[in-house]
Amino acid sequence: MEKVLSDKRIITLYVLPGLLLIIGLIYVPIIQTAYYGLMKWDGIGAKEFIGLENYKTLIKDDIFWKTAYHSFLLAVFSALSLIIYLLISIVLAGKIKGADFFRKIYLIPMLLASVAIAQLWLKIYHPTNGILNTLLGSFGVDNPPSWLADPKIVLYAIFIPILWQYAGFYILIYYAALKNIPESLIEAARIDGATAWQIALKIKIPLIMNVIKVTIVLAVVGSLKYFDLIYVMTDGGPNGASEVMASYMYHKAFRGFDFGYGSAIGFFLLVICLVVTWLIRKLTAAKEEITY
Amino acid sequence: MFRKAHTLMALLLAFALVLTGCSGKEAGSEESGSKKTIKFMHLWPAGSSKQQNLIVQDIIKQFEAENPDVKVEVEVLENEQYKNKIKVLSSSNELPDVGFTWAAGYLQPFVKGGLFTSLDDVLEGGLKDSFVPGTTEAYAIDGKTYGLPLELNIAPIYYNKEIFKKYNLEVPKTYEEFETIVKTLKDNGVAPIALGNKDRWTGSLWYMYLADRIGGPDVLTQAINREGSFEDPSLAEAATEVQNLVKADAFNKGFNGLSNDEGKSEFMNGNAAMYLMGSWELPNLTTNEEVPQEFRDNAGFFKFPTVEGGKGDIDSWVGGPGVGMFVSENSKVKEESKQFVKFFVEKWGEQAVTKAGVIPATKVDTEKVELPQLYIDVLNELNKSTNLTLFADVQMSASVAETHLNLIQSLFGNEVKPKDFTKQHEEALAKEE
Repeated sequence: MEKVLSDKRIITLYVLPGLLLIIGLIYVPIIQTAYYGLMKWDGIGAKEFIGLENYKTLIKDDIFWKTAYHSFLLAVFSALSLIIYLLISIVLAGKIKGADFFRKIYLIPMLLASVAIAQLWLKIYHPTNGILNTLLGSFGVDNPPSWLADPKIVLYAIFIPILWQYAGFYILIYYAALKNIPESLIEAARIDGATAWQIALKIKIPLIMNVIKVTIVLAVVGSLKYFDLIYVMTDGGPNGASEVMASYMYHKAFRGFDFGYGSAIGFFLLVICLVVTWLIRKLTAAKEEITY
Repeated sequence: MFRKAHTLMALLLAFALVLTGCSGKEAGSEESGSKKTIKFMHLWPAGSSKQQNLIVQDIIKQFEAENPDVKVEVEVLENEQYKNKIKVLSSSNELPDVGFTWAAGYLQPFVKGGLFTSLDDVLEGGLKDSFVPGTTEAYAIDGKTYGLPLELNIAPIYYNKEIFKKYNLEVPKTYEEFETIVKTLKDNGVAPIALGNKDRWTGSLWYMYLADRIGGPDVLTQAINREGSFEDPSLAEAATEVQNLVKADAFNKGFNGLSNDEGKSEFMNGNAAMYLMGSWELPNLTTNEEVPQEFRDNAGFFKFPTVEGGKGDIDSWVGGPGVGMFVSENSKVKEESKQFVKFFVEKWGEQAVTKAGVIPATKVDTEKVELPQLYIDVLNELNKSTNLTLFADVQMSASVAETHLNLIQSLFGNEVKPKDFTKQHEEALAKEE
């Protein structure tokens, strides 16, 4: 086996299918997107090269920056929600009764398809028949808000299902990481008289720091390019009050027939995500790696 | 090392060729033996549009029987998927020989890209006269017609007779009477009008009617085709009237966050008294067995009332042709395809309304067909109509339509002043000139 794997030709042969798929399905389209972004193109007719014109429009496009702000808000909320998920996982990973049961409960939203989640929350938020407003009504609230129609509330109303959707995923990651910490370390700390709080803060969290960093990147980048629930639940409305960068890109390209501009937004979004990933890694870089 | 790089390059090239080979399927159609094949794509799957689907199959069967050397190959997709696939196919120049398209603004990029062929020669020889005036024109660009419309829709205000009777209300003739009805219903805790404005074109209907009744039939159309201006005072006045309705709580709660289907259900389950929608809803109010008989018996419609001092008359309608058929410019069986389209439109006109409840764009003789009364009434109104204004978002180019629809949502949400509403329209339209 060793001999086979040291043969460069074999290595090439084994790596090639995956490599070609990734190049063909991800990198080539990225380059194409960058190329289309330099064109004035309605998606059907001839392309006309206009250089960086699309990007100049983009920089001055107030609506784009508004959607960028919305995406940024979502990223902040997702990152903050990680703290709650971490707390929940620490409790679950401690030896409490029914931990297994709760872990499954938290994971279920992740197993649902986005569109199903959207339908579920559309019913919850329905202005007259929804669970939420019926509940508020029974508490005597006279005129409960129309959650998805009020431009001041809609963005936050839609953040809740988005965060809820991914809660299980992060809890699962943290849970697995926490379970990986050798019992002997915690045992030793306990003998030295550390409280549960101290153990969590000084031992458990530093030991899974690498995992936490990864989840921060996942949560932030995932939020910046977020699309599905927004598309299904509000379609970015009313009048762009819940529009994010990805849905704006979709609307420009596929509704407004402006594929050139849409591609420019898409490519810009990619650049933003790369920069943010790099920034987060830079900011969270550890001076020294902690190991068990 | 050098040789290895070569092998790698060769391998990569080979894979690249395989990949391109996959997508490089023969465009259009091929001749198999002596038989010619017409590729036909439509958007009525057997599941969701059963009646239409059956009619299409029937027409194809008849066509193949009459033209034994031609075969029609069908591909069916659901509406949204259809729209997406057409776009993808056209960017790679692989359109089917015959397919469905929408009018005016939607059609434009396809015609400019030289993808659809002119159907003027098909319309010659009497076919044009069988269409309701104004329908084929919606498919004309620079004097040439690129699509044959199959459907025609007008938008009446449907109302619930039972609710009207309960509060002693009568069908309004003037806008003033209409406002009184709204107020009465509101005071009695009934939502006057069902609206789902997440879809935005639903609110656009209300705005279009008010613009028509206040400013007359041409003002909106001319503002869009740039013979006039969107800053015409009557267009701002129509916007003000929309906001007055919103302020009077005329629409169901939270309409800006509800889809058309959710809005419609407020009317269908008797929570709301009125509903402005296209005549494609007629089957739900007459023949659809899934809707309770009692509700269907109580459904009526009236024409949008006239506004006092306004220039519009009550027989002017907002509406337009729905889908139409195109023939691909690059088709290898263009002649056969044109024949097929002509055959299809004629047969469709005979069957559509009686079998599927779809009002065809060709004229229907109401004396000769068996139909529910509500249909007969609508068809008769259609024959009396003085004007048909095509849906605003269809008239506009895609990007202006987006602006229009977003502004409609803001207008209904009281977030934009009528003056800014018209000004932003004018700017968007002027930019495209």
